[in-house]
Amino acid sequence: MSAIAREPGGPSMSEEDITRLRDRDARRGRVVRGVMLGVSLLYVGVLLLAPLAGIVLYALRAGIGTISSTFQLSDVQHAFTLTFEIMLVTVVVTTFFGVVVALVLARDEFPGKSLVSALVNLPLAISPVVVGLMAVLLFGRGGWFEPFFAARGIRIMFALPSMIIVTIFISIPFVIREVVPVLEELGMEEEQAAWTLGASRLQTFFRITLRNIRWGLLYGIALSAARAIGEVGAVLIVSGLLQGQTETATLYILRAFDQYQDQQGYIVALTLAAFSIVLLIGIETFKRRRTSRTA
Amino acid sequence: MAGSIEIQGLTKSFGSFRAVDDVSFVAEDGKVTALLGPSGSGKSTALRMIAGLERPDSGRITIAGEDQTQTSVQERRVGFVFQHYALFRHMTVHQNVEFGLRVRKEDKDDRRARVLELLELVHMAPFAERYPDQLSGGQRQRVALARALAPRPKVLLLDEPFGALDAKVRRDLRQWLDELHREIGVTSLLVTHDQEEALELANQIVVMHEGKVEQVGSPSEVYDHPATPFVAGFVGSSNVLRGQVVGGEVHLGSFALPGADHLEEGKPAAAFIRPHDVRVAGEDGDVKAVIERVASLGWLSRLTLRLESGEVLVAHVPNEDLHGATEGDRIAVDLRNPKAFLAPEHELERETEASPDVAAR
Repeated sequence: MSAIAREPGGPSMSEEDITRLRDRDARRGRVVRGVMLGVSLLYVGVLLLAPLAGIVLYALRAGIGTISSTFQLSDVQHAFTLTFEIMLVTVVVTTFFGVVVALVLARDEFPGKSLVSALVNLPLAISPVVVGLMAVLLFGRGGWFEPFFAARGIRIMFALPSMIIVTIFISIPFVIREVVPVLEELGMEEEQAAWTLGASRLQTFFRITLRNIRWGLLYGIALSAARAIGEVGAVLIVSGLLQGQTETATLYILRAFDQYQDQQGYIVALTLAAFSIVLLIGIETFKRRRTSRTA
Repeated sequence: MAGSIEIQGLTKSFGSFRAVDDVSFVAEDGKVTALLGPSGSGKSTALRMIAGLERPDSGRITIAGEDQTQTSVQERRVGFVFQHYALFRHMTVHQNVEFGLRVRKEDKDDRRARVLELLELVHMAPFAERYPDQLSGGQRQRVALARALAPRPKVLLLDEPFGALDAKVRRDLRQWLDELHREIGVTSLLVTHDQEEALELANQIVVMHEGKVEQVGSPSEVYDHPATPFVAGFVGSSNVLRGQVVGGEVHLGSFALPGADHLEEGKPAAAFIRPHDVRVAGEDGDVKAVIERVASLGWLSRLTLRLESGEVLVAHVPNEDLHGATEGDRIAVDLRNPKAFLAPEHELERETEASPDVAAR
C-alpha cells in the first residue's frame, strides 16, 4: 500500500518492487506455472489439510456430551494448565533474552560473533529427545548440577523446572531469528536521532527501537509460543510421565492413545490444534505488518 | 540559542585508518560553516564527533563556550539532521517534531505551540498528521529540520542534508535553507561534498582532504585564493597546466604564467586556471589554441581548446566574445589569475570537467 505514489514527487513504486513484478512475469511459461501451482496445492492439501480435517472429524464425532466430559476430567484440566504455564514462562524468558541477544548480534562487533550467531540456531538442529537427554545428564542423578539442587531440596528432574528448561532451550532461536534481521534493516539512525533530541538510551529503546521491531518481535513470540505448546520429545524424557503431575497436553494425548482412549485424545488434540491455528493467524498478521511501514 | 563551535586537534582513527587527523577550526556564532570535502575526507566523522555520536581519540570540542569533549550526546543539545532524514517511521510529522520536547518533559501546551510554530516555519503545517512514508524526500528533510530545531539547540549540525535528493529539489531546498537561516540565525555546521552547496550557503568553508584541514576561509577566499593544489582542484573547476618554475613564472613551452614568485626555481609546477579566467584575446594574445569543441550553455559557451603544446583547456566564454569563431578555428587567449603550486601531486591528475554551477543555469 505504501508503494503507490500519493502526490507528485512523492514516494513511488520502488525499483525493487518493479523488478520483482517484472521477474514474476518473465520467470516461466504458463504451463510450467500451472503444473507447479497444482503440485503445490496438492502437497499442502494432502499433507496439511487432510490430517487437520481428520482430527476435526474424529473429535467432533464424539458429540457434545463426550467433549464436555473430557474437559471436566481433572487430568485434562491439569494438562492444559501445565502446558499453559510452561508456555508462559518460556515466552517471557525467550522474549527478554531474545531481544538482548538480538540487539548484541545486530549492533555489536566482537570476536566469535559468527559462532554465537550459529549457536543460536543449534536448538533447531538438535532432536528434542537429545535435548531431553542433555537435561538428564545435567540435572539427573549423578548430573553436574544435581548435588547443588539436591542439597537445597529443589527438585529439577521429573518436575516443572526441568520441563520449563528444556522448552526454553528449544524455543531460544525464534525471537532472535526474527528480530535480528529487522534490527539490521532498521539501522541505527533513528536511535541516534532520538539521542540527539535528548532521549536517554532507555527512552530510545522503548519509544523507538521497540516500536520499530514490534511486529517482528510478536512474530518471534508467536512462533516461540507455538513451539512451546507443541513440544513433546524433550518434555517426555524429563517429565517422568507422572499422570496428573508432570503431564502436559501433548503428553496426555500420547497416554490417551496408549490406553485406547482415542476419543479424549482427539478432543485434546483438536483443542491444541485450534490454539495453534489462532497463533498462526496472529503470526501471519504480524509477519505482514512487519514488512509494511518500514519504508 | 547562539553559540560558536570550537574544534582543537580533533583526531579519530578506525583501526589503522586515520579518519580525522588533527582538525582544528572555529564555526562562528550565528554563521553557517561548511565542512567541504570528497567522500572519505573525514568530514562526516568530524561532525558526528561534535554531535557526540562518535568519541574522538584526542582533541577538544567546545560548544558555546563549554567543553563538551566528554559529555554524552544527550547533554550536548545539538540539533542533528541526517542525510537519510532518520524520521521516526511510526510517528506522524507532528509527533516527530514533538519528540525532543516530549523526552525533555516540556509542558503540553508549550509543546503544541512550539510544534505548530516549527511546522509553519518549514511549511509543513498541512501535513502534520501524515506519516514519513507519505511524504516526498524534500518534505521529509524539512520535517527532520523542524524536529532538530524544536528543542532550541545551541547549534545545528547537518550531515549531507540534501545528499539523497534529486538535483531540482536539492537546489530549491538549499535556497530555502539559506532563507531559513537568515530568519533564525542558529550557528550551523554543514557537511557536504558539493562545492556549489558550500559556496552558496556558507559564510565560512573548511575544506577537508584525507582527514586533514586543507584551508579555512570565506567562500571567496577559498575560491579565489586556494591555499593548496587540492583546494584549487576541488573547489570550483580548474584547468591544470604543468610546467617549470623559471624566474618567478611557470614556463609552459611557448608561453609563461606569472604568480610563481614563492616557488623554488627550476622545480616542476602546476598552474590552475578557472574556465572563466580563459579570455578570448586579440591577435596579440600569448596563447594560441585551436577550438576543438563548442557547447552552448545559453549566453555562455564552453570551449574545449587544444594548445600548441598539446594540452587541453576548458574555457567558459560569453558568446559575444567569440565573434563567430567555431570548431576548427584558431584563436588567441589570455589566461587570467593562474594559481601556481609546486610538484604535480596525485590530485593534479583530476582533469577539469564542466563546472556544475555554470551548467545548471
